Amino acid sequence: MSSLEIRDLHVAIGEKPIVKSLSLTINPGEVHAIMGPNGTGKSTLAKAIAGHPDYTITQGDVLLGGKSILEQEPDERARAGIFLAFQYPSEIPGVSIANFLRAAVQARMGEGEELDATAYYKRLYQKMDLLKIDRKFTSRSVNEGFSGGEKKRCEILQMAMLEPRFALMDETDSGLDIDALRIVAEGVNTLRGPGLGVMLITHYQRLLEYIVPDFVHVMYDGRIVKSGDKSLALELESRGYDWVKQELAVA
Amino acid sequence: MKTPTDLETEPAVDVAENPALGIDQAAGDFSYDVSYKYDAGVGLNENTVRYISAVKKEAPWILDFRLNALKTFLAKPLPTHWATRDLENVEFDKIRYYLSQGQKPKRTWEEVPDDIKKTFERLGVPEQERKFLAGVEAQFDSEAAYSNIKDIVAKQGVIFLNSTAALREHPEIFRKFFGKVIPTGDNKFSALNSAVFSGGSFIYVPKGVKVAQPLQAYFRINAENFGQFERTLIIADEGSEVTYMEGCTAPKFSTSTLHSAVVELVALKGAKIQYITVQNWAPNVFNLVTKRGVAHEDAEIKWIDCNIGSRLTMKYPGVVLKGRRARGEVISIALANDGQHQDTGAKMIHAADETTSTIISKSISVGQGRATYRGQVHMGKHLKNCKNNTECDALLINTNSRTDTYPAITVRGDTHAVQHEASVSKVNEEQIFYMQQRGLTEAQAMSLAVNGFVNDLVRQFPMEYSVELKRLIDLEMEGSVG
Repeated sequence: MSSLEIRDLHVAIGEKPIVKSLSLTINPGEVHAIMGPNGTGKSTLAKAIAGHPDYTITQGDVLLGGKSILEQEPDERARAGIFLAFQYPSEIPGVSIANFLRAAVQARMGEGEELDATAYYKRLYQKMDLLKIDRKFTSRSVNEGFSGGEKKRCEILQMAMLEPRFALMDETDSGLDIDALRIVAEGVNTLRGPGLGVMLITHYQRLLEYIVPDFVHVMYDGRIVKSGDKSLALELESRGYDWVKQELAVA
Repeated sequence: MKTPTDLETEPAVDVAENPALGIDQAAGDFSYDVSYKYDAGVGLNENTVRYISAVKKEAPWILDFRLNALKTFLAKPLPTHWATRDLENVEFDKIRYYLSQGQKPKRTWEEVPDDIKKTFERLGVPEQERKFLAGVEAQFDSEAAYSNIKDIVAKQGVIFLNSTAALREHPEIFRKFFGKVIPTGDNKFSALNSAVFSGGSFIYVPKGVKVAQPLQAYFRINAENFGQFERTLIIADEGSEVTYMEGCTAPKFSTSTLHSAVVELVALKGAKIQYITVQNWAPNVFNLVTKRGVAHEDAEIKWIDCNIGSRLTMKYPGVVLKGRRARGEVISIALANDGQHQDTGAKMIHAADETTSTIISKSISVGQGRATYRGQVHMGKHLKNCKNNTECDALLINTNSRTDTYPAITVRGDTHAVQHEASVSKVNEEQIFYMQQRGLTEAQAMSLAVNGFVNDLVRQFPMEYSVELKRLIDLEMEGSVG
């Protein structure tokens, strides 16, 4: 079984617990939306799964295809098929997107294996055409001086090239105007398929109009407090997060 | 002579054996037994100098020049009032100042002795020659063991010889400029070089000749405790153009080794000289080099200088802008790894109207490595419309890395334009995590960040050199993480 399984996960930043006993299983082909108010631990969850050194897992486990990945370095997790689309992608001055992706593709190859440059560029341009990205884009330095929309498209392009098994998309809609949002969502929809599981982290229901999830989970205070299908997102939109808080208080 | 104690030699041993240096580069870390025919012994005095001059069968004026230089060298103090006190660790009386197999430079590859050939094969000299070189003057220890000028270049009247042969065969050309750009007394190390110089390349490009392909020489140090004192003089006559490339890889030894070269360039009216260096010294080498060029009217001199490795490098390529509208440029990259100090920079002396100069310097400090930039820009009061643009950027890899910038800018007169920009940045953890999340190891991520930092400069290198440079940076960064 090649699912991404989060079991009773507890994550802390320093001494402060952020994620508290969170469990969730994502199967290939499924899109799970994680919604919730700010500061509830959504981004922490994604970064902890990817292995960010600032986040300490104090309890629980994360399994990929039945095997724990917690002992693995971030780059090993990435090569195993976990992709994090960053909310705030870093700039890498002087390194072009084409060269960066080439290094990332090369890193996935066996020792002594040489990357076929012609085939690589062919594939890169194919993906760019698919995502309707201008070819000039790849000669620019990674994220340097990019607009919010360009940064997110750059993330989607990387995802398309690296073909992960699971994508953790952290607030992919933040900072985007409606046109940019539509373009990015189209890109994600293009990559959707039976081989890809997606965790879609968002604050707003808006994104879910373009990327329709199979499941919606509401996160509050480090836990998933409510799960349902896409109708849950609409309910949240009309009743707000206070509704969830009140329900929790009653319980 | 002082007797060595364990304490004295210890620091050098530490540096050489420190695995964190990551300088293990397969191409340079080897040495073969070579039986030296001539050996000037250990230490330096008048006899050493006389011995070297006699072996080389030099004209009396050169011997006088050397003896004079020896006096100057002995009289001059170490410049520790501004430079690092690490210079005090150079043990001048334990160095061999001259070694040679007493061979004439070889013309064809077949004539080169096998063990020397092996060394060069590992350095890729013949291969590179086939690819793009017009002439190769590869220096093995003191003398050039292999030299070859392609017919085309020779037919154009270009002279490309080692220092000994050039001074013997063409004194009428070289004597006039020898020791004039960098006088013996310029500094203690230029004086030392002037006393014991050996090898190096002397080049003369006749009027109007444009050498299409770069000329190249490789330098290596191949004997323990052996200082290498090559001497290079390039004269580009009116309207001519030449590019010279110099690459250095040295085998590792556990005691200190001294490299002290003097490089003089003369670009006459309207001539262009480009001098490219990629140096990768073993971590026990003191690399104390004086490089300067004189650019006459409408002439252009460009130094591209890349320093990796060594224990201490002190090098400030300069251009004296002597003629109207002369242009000078220094582009430098320095990488200081643990236990290394790269003290580099540039000098631009404006001595005529409407002269322009550019300095772009980038340094990378890894671990406890230290990079220092020293720049001198001088514009006199009587001059008009001179321009300088200086940019120096430092990248720190670790929190204990160090960088210093000492710009000295003297501008008199009111029609000059001078611009100085400096920046210090650090590779941050988020950047590294971002790259790791794409599947790169931490070392690969570091290496990519460093390569990105120097990318705009590396693009100005010839292709072969930029590939080599990228590989060297990768190797240096391997030891920098974890």
